[in-house]
Amino acid sequence: MSFLSVSQVSKAFGGARVVDAVDLSVERGMFFSLLGPSGCGKSTLLRMIAGFETPDHGIITIDGVAMNGVPPNLRPTNMVFQSYAIFPHLNVFDNIAYGLRKSGLSSDELRRKVEAMLATVRLEGLGARAADQLSGGQRQRVALARALVREPKVLLLDEPLGALDKRLREAMQIELRAIQRKVGITFVLVTHDQEEALSLSDRVAVMSGGRILQVASPRELYDRPNCREVADFIGEINFFHATVKEVTESSVTVNGGLLGIVALPKTNVANGITAGDHVLLAIRPEHVGIAPQGLSGTIAAATFLGERSHFHVKIPGRTEPIAVSGQAPAGESVSLEFPPEKLIALPATG
Amino acid sequence: MKNRTLLAYACFYLAFLYLPVLVLPIFSFNNSAFIAFPLTGFTTRWYEALADSALQQALVNSLKVGVVTALLSTLLGLLAAKAVTQYRLRGRGVALGMISLPLFIPDIVLGISLLLLLGTIGLPLSLASVVLGHLLICAPFSLAVLVARFEGFDPNLEEASADLGEDRWMTFWRVTFPLMLPGIIASLLLTFITSFDEFLVAYFLSGTQATLPVYIWSQLRFPARLPMVLALGTIILCVSVVLVVLAEKLRNQGVKKPMVGA
Ligand SMILES: Nc1ncnc2c1ncn2[C@@H]1O[C@H](COP(=O)(O)OP(=O)(O)OP(=O)(O)O)[C@@H](O)[C@H]1O
Ligand SMILES: [Mg+2]
Repeated sequence: MSFLSVSQVSKAFGGARVVDAVDLSVERGMFFSLLGPSGCGKSTLLRMIAGFETPDHGIITIDGVAMNGVPPNLRPTNMVFQSYAIFPHLNVFDNIAYGLRKSGLSSDELRRKVEAMLATVRLEGLGARAADQLSGGQRQRVALARALVREPKVLLLDEPLGALDKRLREAMQIELRAIQRKVGITFVLVTHDQEEALSLSDRVAVMSGGRILQVASPRELYDRPNCREVADFIGEINFFHATVKEVTESSVTVNGGLLGIVALPKTNVANGITAGDHVLLAIRPEHVGIAPQGLSGTIAAATFLGERSHFHVKIPGRTEPIAVSGQAPAGESVSLEFPPEKLIALPATG
Repeated sequence: MKNRTLLAYACFYLAFLYLPVLVLPIFSFNNSAFIAFPLTGFTTRWYEALADSALQQALVNSLKVGVVTALLSTLLGLLAAKAVTQYRLRGRGVALGMISLPLFIPDIVLGISLLLLLGTIGLPLSLASVVLGHLLICAPFSLAVLVARFEGFDPNLEEASADLGEDRWMTFWRVTFPLMLPGIIASLLLTFITSFDEFLVAYFLSGTQATLPVYIWSQLRFPARLPMVLALGTIILCVSVVLVVLAEKLRNQGVKKPMVGA
């Protein structure tokens, strides 16, 4: 069994299923993220792992021990709250030492341990600072230190960087990853920011409407989303309706409408698709090529974003413009090609 | 021109508020049994006359009632305030309204109803019945002070404490209580003063054990004892002012500082 395992866990609030039969397994020492839009039940799932909410159904185990009925204060988890929940009546040192009361450390050892943790989160010398004299980034570090100092088996982070401005958030992302590597504790991070999830995590679970849609590595989520929702949520993507004509050992041939008849490698096609199925062909903007013999259209809009510039191309017979990465070429029209090995086929429903 | 009018108005207003109060200390030091100008000379004999056993008994009664009322009312207020602010409670508005209602019932109505009720169920009048009456008056004050305090209280703080290994009891002592302390003290002081000063309900419910206001009222029938009452009033006034200022200070403390963990 994996280190942290969530199996068939459900939770309803007043009739509304907020978390619906969720299964997750997280290995020891992993940086795991729960990614999903606002209100999809991420926090509720995290709070069930921490023990603040009781699942209606299902079992959560940590390191082989079932957590049902174990109150939060006795669980081997610690949490970094979205609001940070720094104790306003205690200074930085006492906030970090709060959870060490029963650790049996002498006051010297305790001091050394807290000082070491202050250094880990780069707050050296701020121990005596009052809680209300900290910047947002510093509060975030205190919340992290306070949880890490207890050396939990699993550290739970509920949108820990949500309240920071963009620059600070990016700096803290790098630091968070470095701290996780250093302490080697299993992290479970909740976020609605896909870039954050992709850049930080070893594995990401994409959630929507209380259900897990896909659990995979960031690379896999990006290259091989298993449904339209995941593909849409992780970065920009273009979709085409298509019908499956033939399925063979190594390839799948589809009628892609504007794209014509295309043969995709079997590995680009979601499981369980058979001849006659209606599917969605998807392609990332950076895989759309510009070629003289391609599908021609007119350049509708271009957005300059430095390295991430892209432009939209309007194609006759299709309402959605096609997103293409890079600088728009000179002129009004352009012709595009869609390399079959970069196209992926997803189920058209769900 | 306009400023002058405003200044005059402000002076008049303050005089109107505080002149009657000033009369009390002035005449309490006046060397005459009659309350009339001109003043005849300085004396402290009215203060010396306060060493009277009936009066001291009344004072002790009032202190007892005040302390017990303050403690009970603050405890009730604390529990109610936590319930209405921190739990998703059905009928929250109704509950708050019901608890606050006694604020709007005239004390005389409250006094008479309680007197009738106690008589009907056959409970003798005592200091305990005064405490009951005062609780009705004071609980809404406690609730108001403590709800305000709890409203700025991030419920995540208690969860954070649990998360860091403390049970409910230690969480209360290490987080909730220290953060609520200014509110609790403010509530204790306010309710103590309210009970200590209260006359009407105490008059109806105290039976043979007079509280201080009831005792003072009984003394007003004897003109010779009036200066002594003034001396007593002066002392009560001073103590009340100190307590109220203290309570207000505590109530506002921490309002400037953010209470939430964000
Ligand atoms: N204690 C509760 N009682 C009733 N409903 C709740 C409770 N907690 C959460 N909900 C509801 O459950 C749903 C999911 O909430 P949750 O906080 O898990 O979402 P989330 O994915 O963390 O969203 P966000 O990104 O906005 O934080 C929401 O619709 C919310 O209103
Ligand atoms: Mg949330």
